Amino acid sequence: MSDRPSPDDGLSAAELADRYGLAVSGARPGLVEYVRQLWGRRHFILAFSQAKLTAQYSQAKLGQLWQVATPLLNAAVYYLIFGLILKANKGLSHDVYIPFLVTGVFVFTFTQSSIMAGVRAISGNLGLVRALHFPRASLPISFALQQLQQLLFSMIVLFVVAIGFGSYPGLSWLLILPVLVLQFLFNTGLALIVARMGAKTPDLAQLMPFILRTWMYASGVMFSISTMLEGRPEWIARALQANPAAVYMDLMRFALIDGYGSSNLPPHVWAIAVFWAVVVAVGGFVYFWKAEERYGRG
Amino acid sequence: MAEQTSHIPTVIADELHIVYRVNGAKTGKGSATAALSRILKRGEERGVRKVHAVRGVSFVAYRGEAIGLIGSNGSGKSTLLRAIAGLLPAEKGKVYTDGQPSLLGVNAALMNDLTGERNVILGGLAMGMSREQIRSRYEDIVDFSGINEKGDFITLPMRTYSSGMAARLRFSIAAAKDHDVLMIDEALATGDRKFQKRSEARIRELRKEAGTVFLVSHNNKSIRDTCDRVLWLERGELRMDGPTEEVLKEYEKFTGK
Repeated sequence: MSDRPSPDDGLSAAELADRYGLAVSGARPGLVEYVRQLWGRRHFILAFSQAKLTAQYSQAKLGQLWQVATPLLNAAVYYLIFGLILKANKGLSHDVYIPFLVTGVFVFTFTQSSIMAGVRAISGNLGLVRALHFPRASLPISFALQQLQQLLFSMIVLFVVAIGFGSYPGLSWLLILPVLVLQFLFNTGLALIVARMGAKTPDLAQLMPFILRTWMYASGVMFSISTMLEGRPEWIARALQANPAAVYMDLMRFALIDGYGSSNLPPHVWAIAVFWAVVVAVGGFVYFWKAEERYGRG
Repeated sequence: MAEQTSHIPTVIADELHIVYRVNGAKTGKGSATAALSRILKRGEERGVRKVHAVRGVSFVAYRGEAIGLIGSNGSGKSTLLRAIAGLLPAEKGKVYTDGQPSLLGVNAALMNDLTGERNVILGGLAMGMSREQIRSRYEDIVDFSGINEKGDFITLPMRTYSSGMAARLRFSIAAAKDHDVLMIDEALATGDRKFQKRSEARIRELRKEAGTVFLVSHNNKSIRDTCDRVLWLERGELRMDGPTEEVLKEYEKFTGK
């Protein structure tokens, strides 16, 4: 076909593309356009997260009952070890400590599993990335959303535990909502960051459990930071309490447990919570978007 | 056919190179100490092996063309399609396209543990259809797949399907969307004879609606039936580009058929 004379003869590929308005395939869209595309895929993001959630227990006999049974068993194990055997409830009464512990475990698990799912969001779904077009951020966001839905099931268990230990629903329970929103934003940002890192270096999936376990012990999931560090310089406790995992755990405990008053919260706790959520969510999103066109490479 | 259409380019590949990076496939002993010493060794990218799958391919595809891609296994045909679709980043060179080329296939988005019903919706959403579009085409997709001909199978998880049934449903979902530049990878027409005929007819329909079609196939007959131009790839290089008969004649000589 090239032997026919045409006005396009002698044009370079780029000039020809320009002349007929062709665009570079797979080029990264601008940030605003990217957000718009992502919004257009919101139904996919939601459907994908729900599908993953359902698929998890679809082979089990008890089926979706495991959504609630798994966190319940988790709470029972932690109660057995830290409540009955180790008696780690320093400075807290039994009625406060059990819901304190269970809240901590559930809230931290939310962040932890969002990160673990995020690391593999791209590297574990390369087949999907190489077959279909969609803003790649859909995947980590979808996985974070799946964990949020998982947490909502855990909240049912949490409410039962709280009521069982004498903390009844009150106005303060309304604070649960903003805490969840902020923590979800924070988790999504982290999932986006580790998704990009995990896409380049899949080894992170092996390394991450150790980092996360260290983080968990430093965040006061099983003990109260301020009681544990009594007698040490105050700034150590302040620093540990300002870490995002501790902030969201403490806020959730404050909202839920009657005997856990504001004296347990570091100063400016809400400002810190908003700061972490916004900075990590926005930063993570931009960081992820910057490599958008390269995720198919693996 | 193509002689009559106005000469409007829809896909331009310009000196395209694609390189895969494979982790942990570096030649050498597979022991842990060998891996460690490789990590410690200085180098550009440690423990990574590069596979140069497409080497400097250039061509211009025009509106209304149906282009066949042939070549032996591992010659880079599927990789080239993915690069045109913008799913694989180019190492060097560029691909320019008119609109968004799409690969026909939705397998990767479907989940075996979900019912056929939910997979239709999930697959449709993954391909970028809206909920309304899926709702309006849902019946067509299920009817076309013929899944419900032998009872109410669409409400069962996909892992309970026979491999033929699952393949039929996957094709039906993938073929439900119209495409601007359409790319079809080989062996799509699966299932029993009856379904094969039906899917071939659907591919022809899609071809008519699409502006430009790329077809990867090892079946020279289906290339002859559908394509008016053929690109022959060998070891990632474009060996020949021309009218179907000319290229196929050379190709058949090459493969010794």
